[in-house]
Amino acid sequence: MNTLRTQPTWLTAVISFAFLILGWQLLVTIGGYEKFILPGPLDVWQQLKIVVGDGRLLRHSLITISEIIPGLLIGCLVAAPLGYLLAKSPLAERLLSPYLIASQAIPIIAIAPLLTIWISSVYWSRVAVAALVVFFPILINMVVGLRSVPSELYELMHVLKADAGQIFRKLEFPAALPVFMAGLKIGATLAVIGALVGEFVQPQSRGLGFLLIMARQSFKTDLVFVILLTLATIALSLYGLVALLEKRVLRWKLQK
Amino acid sequence: MSSPFLTAVNISHTFHDLPVLENISLEIQSGGFVALVGPSGVGKSTLLRILAGLLRPSSGDIHMADGSRQEPIGLVFQRDNLMPWRTVAENVRLPLELMGVNGREANGRVQAMINLVGLVGFEQRYPAQLSGGMAQRVALARALVHEPLFLLLDEPFGALDALTRERMGLELLRIWEAMPVTVLLVTHSISEAVFLADEVLVMGSRRPNTERPATITHRIPTGLPRPRDLAMERTAVFQDCVTAVRAAIESGV
Ligand SMILES: Nc1ncnc2c1ncn2[C@@H]1O[C@H](COP(=O)(O)OP(=O)(O)OP(=O)(O)O)[C@@H](O)[C@H]1O
Ligand SMILES: [Mg+2]
Repeated sequence: MNTLRTQPTWLTAVISFAFLILGWQLLVTIGGYEKFILPGPLDVWQQLKIVVGDGRLLRHSLITISEIIPGLLIGCLVAAPLGYLLAKSPLAERLLSPYLIASQAIPIIAIAPLLTIWISSVYWSRVAVAALVVFFPILINMVVGLRSVPSELYELMHVLKADAGQIFRKLEFPAALPVFMAGLKIGATLAVIGALVGEFVQPQSRGLGFLLIMARQSFKTDLVFVILLTLATIALSLYGLVALLEKRVLRWKLQK
Repeated sequence: MSSPFLTAVNISHTFHDLPVLENISLEIQSGGFVALVGPSGVGKSTLLRILAGLLRPSSGDIHMADGSRQEPIGLVFQRDNLMPWRTVAENVRLPLELMGVNGREANGRVQAMINLVGLVGFEQRYPAQLSGGMAQRVALARALVHEPLFLLLDEPFGALDALTRERMGLELLRIWEAMPVTVLLVTHSISEAVFLADEVLVMGSRRPNTERPATITHRIPTGLPRPRDLAMERTAVFQDCVTAVRAAIESGV
């Protein structure tokens, strides 16, 4: 235990991954499952080489990524100002929050078909589903972040005769940023789920979701595994990117 | 020098159903230095926030010299309240940024204040890396950097050791003498109040067996000449004044 703890994190990650693969292979060997029920790591590796080789994996991944990123951005761009409004205006909060909370009780998989009815473009309806999933955690974190600004700092800005714009730029924005970034990290992984749900509802011939449906229908379970791994990689990378950004903008948090 | 900078008339304040201040009237002369003392929880910080315009009193009026309501004031809270995402230098620079003072002029003033409070070498540190007393000195520098006309200090030296506290007090006097600034200082140190101020206001309740609601029970002029120096703390005038303030606080509760 102790030796593992002192190793660099990448080494720990490699070791745990190796164990995972080993356990997986053992399960397949001992259980003797059919390939379409549980393919082994080698089957998945073969399949990966095929779909990378013929360019399909990259093509469909790029399409899905091109839905995830705008979904995340649009979700933020709508949620952040609305969160600001809710945090600053008790009236807006009283008026809107019941609807916002109620909307969260409806699963996204039930709302998504509606969106495809309203938005005729396949691409934009998928982006909209991603944005919708991202929206709520960003909104909540924006409100929590703004509410966490110490009242004494508002008072300080007040006695220094700061105007509303200055209060936002020099107090509220930097003070809410840590909580907002935490929301963005959650949002980044949710955007991947959102885009995939959008593709399930509107699977017209492109995207990893489409590929997944095709693979399942033709019992190519090894391809399903390849796609799941790809989605996990995309989500992890996006999370990592946001975490990097967080480290950059919250440098002061590290200096303890 | 003798026109009132601030006049408060019959200030009373109640928090929900807790009456805290009752019929407080006071006058601070332009360029005056007034200290406010009293037991913990008596309402000193509350009065300070009312005078700063941060809290509207339940009743009473406050008049300030022409135009000075609109001027940025200098304020040090009982807790230092620095912005954790700003370095020491950036925290001190905040008032200048808000007033649109930038560039070399701002840098010079920020550095001068950091020198004054003895934090050279800590300019690029963040508040989380400072001790309590250092953070308080940053807050003091931030309150002074824009040369305010009105300076409200709530226990600004509470976390400092005795010697640093003395030195900061002397620096504060030096600044006050050089600038047209009116100072109201809340402190728990009677000798500090007497040493620094022209007049010591004592807060307490006129009713027996209760601290609240409080009013100003005594106004004690210190009668010490200016400029002050530490040797004055050994004079009879100083000692008598300290004794009088102590008696006033004790009689008020
Ligand atoms: N925002 C508030 N809401 C309700 N009650 C408050 C509030 N602020 C202060 N009080 C109450 O008002 C009274 C006076 O508080 P205040 O902070 O002014 O005391 P103080 O004289 O500054 O005490 P100390 O010397 O300990 O700082 C206290 O009883 C406190 O509980
Ligand atoms: Mg207080």
